[in-house]
Amino acid sequence: MKEALVFEIFKDVLKIKEAVDPSTLVYNKFQGWDSIVHMALVAALESKFDIMFEADEIINMSSFAEAVKIVEKHTT
Amino acid sequence: MTALDLKNRVALVTGSSRGIGLAIAKRLAECGAHIVLNGRYQETLDKAAELFTEYGVECLPVAADVGDFSQVEDMIRKVFNRFKRLDIMVNNAGVLHDDLIGMIRKEDVAATIQTNLIGVLHGTQAAARLMMRKRSGSIINTSSIMGRRGNAGELVYSASKSGVIGATLSAAKELAPMGIRVNAIAPGFIDTDMTRGLNPDLHRKRVESIGMGRIGKVEDVADVVLFLASDLSRYVTGQIIGVDGGMLV
Repeated sequence: MKEALVFEIFKDVLKIKEAVDPSTLVYNKFQGWDSIVHMALVAALESKFDIMFEADEIINMSSFAEAVKIVEKHTT
Repeated sequence: MTALDLKNRVALVTGSSRGIGLAIAKRLAECGAHIVLNGRYQETLDKAAELFTEYGVECLPVAADVGDFSQVEDMIRKVFNRFKRLDIMVNNAGVLHDDLIGMIRKEDVAATIQTNLIGVLHGTQAAARLMMRKRSGSIINTSSIMGRRGNAGELVYSASKSGVIGATLSAAKELAPMGIRVNAIAPGFIDTDMTRGLNPDLHRKRVESIGMGRIGKVEDVADVVLFLASDLSRYVTGQIIGVDGGMLV
């Protein structure tokens, strides 16, 4: 459930219109996921789940899978 | 509602247990902002917080050393837990340990840079993260006339305050697309406990160097911060505003 919500946020922030394999969502590799968009992703995730990431988590959120793990950690 | 109305906004002012920081916090509270006070000592902050009951706003006193990133992060987390937002960040905390070149202790260099410059970098990063959520906010950094003009006997202080200007200009460019404005004030000679401690001769000479012929009041500084915090300055970012009465250095 949370993974699906995180995926929706990624699709929205990265402006993904077509079907995409979540495993390809990798920082600085997936088109559009640069450092500026990274901070927008963090802000969107924090707002959606009403959480606040640690600074290290922001730096280490290098993929969709990592993002899901961080959200899980803060919401369970 | 006027452009100076800050009702329901949240403002964090570092170094606000006394002096310029406290005057800034009071001015923002007068306009309706909820206030987060910051300083190194909880007891002093708790006492200062009592002054805010008359404004009818919430006041959260948080002790933290702005030069320590983990303490700044904890402070911002407390702001998030209490208010869920941050609209105004005033990076004001500062220290002055200086001497003539050749006689400056390395501990004083480190302490000055740590609070005056690194504190601003930590505060800007932490504040921007909360502001990004709403894609709005105002960050106001306290530089100094010494950071723009330099002065004999203030090598380290001037360097730290020049660094604040560089940080302000860069942050303004990076955060503008997210609706976050970043500006700095550069106070001149302001009447505080620190300047009252100067020897009378130096104090007189400093006042004589001010075009307007009087020392600045903390309220003079607070009013400029209010402008930068409010919607009156909604299209102003990346600016360094002198608050010095035409002082010559």
